[in-house]
Amino acid sequence: MKDKIVDIRDLHVWYRTFAGQVKVLNGVNLNVIRGEKVGIVGETGCGKTTTVKSILKILAKQASIPKGEIFFNGTDVLKKNKNELKQLHGSGASMIFQDPTMSLNPVFTIGSQMFAVIKYSGQPGAEKKSVQQALAIKALKETSMPDPERILQSYPFQLSGGMRQRISIAMSLATPRDLVIADEPTTNLDVTIQDQVLKMLKQRVEDKGSSLILITHSLGVARETTDRIYVMYAGSMVETAFTNELFKKQLHPYTQALMDCIPRLSGGGVSEGIPGRIPNYLNPSAGCRFAPRCPKAFERCQTEKPEYVDVGTEHQVACFLYS
Amino acid sequence: MNKTILEVKGLKKYFPISKGAQKGMFVKAIDGIDFTTKEGETLGLVGESGSGKSTTAYNVIGMYGATAGKITFKGEDISQISSKRPLKFKKDIQMVFQDPGTTLNPQRSVRQILTLPLSIHGMLDKNDPEGQLIQLLEAVELSAEYLYKYPSSLGGGERQMLAVARALSTNPSMIVLDEPTSSLDVSVQAKIINMLLRLQQQHNLSYLFITHDLSLMRNLATKVAIMYLGKIAEIAPVETFFTAPRHPYTQMLLSAIPVISEEEEMFKQAKITPKGEIPSPVNVPKGCGFNTRCPFAKEECFIDDPLMQEIEPEHFVRCHLI
Repeated sequence: MKDKIVDIRDLHVWYRTFAGQVKVLNGVNLNVIRGEKVGIVGETGCGKTTTVKSILKILAKQASIPKGEIFFNGTDVLKKNKNELKQLHGSGASMIFQDPTMSLNPVFTIGSQMFAVIKYSGQPGAEKKSVQQALAIKALKETSMPDPERILQSYPFQLSGGMRQRISIAMSLATPRDLVIADEPTTNLDVTIQDQVLKMLKQRVEDKGSSLILITHSLGVARETTDRIYVMYAGSMVETAFTNELFKKQLHPYTQALMDCIPRLSGGGVSEGIPGRIPNYLNPSAGCRFAPRCPKAFERCQTEKPEYVDVGTEHQVACFLYS
Repeated sequence: MNKTILEVKGLKKYFPISKGAQKGMFVKAIDGIDFTTKEGETLGLVGESGSGKSTTAYNVIGMYGATAGKITFKGEDISQISSKRPLKFKKDIQMVFQDPGTTLNPQRSVRQILTLPLSIHGMLDKNDPEGQLIQLLEAVELSAEYLYKYPSSLGGGERQMLAVARALSTNPSMIVLDEPTSSLDVSVQAKIINMLLRLQQQHNLSYLFITHDLSLMRNLATKVAIMYLGKIAEIAPVETFFTAPRHPYTQMLLSAIPVISEEEEMFKQAKITPKGEIPSPVNVPKGCGFNTRCPFAKEECFIDDPLMQEIEPEHFVRCHLI
């Protein structure tokens, strides 16, 4: 039995709006094995962020979970009370957000923000200022930040975007974590900085023996960072496979279409894109949510939701073409 | 041989700093660049944020006036700011911005948005205005029913298509596109890029296309210029640019792109690992601006700024190593 650090089963998340219940997540299944680096790839609005926020139980208050289970380290997150959640946030899992200008407080120094994270991590001696200082400096050094003492006294606006994102990473790995969740950590960064930040994130996660969930809309980023990839479309996982295998053989029509859309460095033009747009989550069809845009859709796709089927080692597809 | 449509010579744009510790200094957004574009071509401008790509675009369309240097369009000087330019040039160069959410007036319907440039330039068909607008919409693959919608009810891709329709309305010969697809998903991006390529063919348009996405550039540009700290580091036809880049910065940028196939990995140049960040355009390093990050920097790179040299026809590099 593999040691699953995260195990999400048939998760449904709805958001209450003035127009009615928006049924965003439609049966998400996802698991992360200890030490594994997993990518979630999909387009805007497919529910990537909602999925990971529900692992930490930090969804907006309009959200409800009508169905599903989320296990973190063997215990059900949804049944945890406030104190147990504090423990989860303090030492279990940490999250790196897309925009470090939003996740770092502009009126506190980097130092005081890092010290707070360390203080509540449950590390031995973490209440002591000297220990906090030492751990913070060590974490910054590990993310190859020059002059960590000065950084600790700086405010976020005094640092560049790349440095701020490195601080977010340093913060999330300053104390040991079972799981690091990175939500589009490099989307706002330039490609040379992205390269440095991703390499560092990967290195740090491996050194600390943590697991990683990387959310990205870029298949290229996922390919270079992760071991296994989930492709997500309109609220559920449509395909999962080991990274190498997925780039050799895509089975779900959505994965295939997505791959075709990406401009290649080797040239060859751009494909026509995917017709239509993502479905309205207010009244989604009972069938496969990709069916209206799918070139291979047939009758059954309109009425029935396809379940995951095994098509190889750890390669699963939710599509009737393969069942 | 196509005619040269746009020529930029020694263009500089400095912004004075009026407040704070750096008062009296200048942000050297563009510091002497030269390039030319021919009719029906796409010149791609790539670079990191803060390298001066957008400032270049704004100078071309006249949102800024040049600090020094000259911009020539169809043989006439257009270095001055837009308000001083003859109306015919404003009509002839149009722009599509990065974020259609902020460049389309949310209180105007699609019909009003498209009518404005036409009436300014006296091009509105008085007999059948609706027919003219529907034709414009159809050119960007939107149907007639969009005429009375508002931007808020359109998706990101549709808004950008509308922005392209607005740019096309005055029948320009050049369109400046500033990261038109960087806020969109790849499936939508693909649609818009194809549409732009088709329109270029139909109307013999010249594009000045700004993007930070080199893979995208590869698939649409005729010529690529790479900017670093307000200067052009290398400029070459697209094939040469991707197969035989000479400037260390070009090589570094190429090796940093995340790609999705083994085939593409081969285009990543001689593993130059990116390090450091682009310096501030206020305190430009002495000598070559790239010397703080260049793995091959030698003594003279810290003393003299290299000059642009043509190493083969159409291929210009600004580096001491060449």
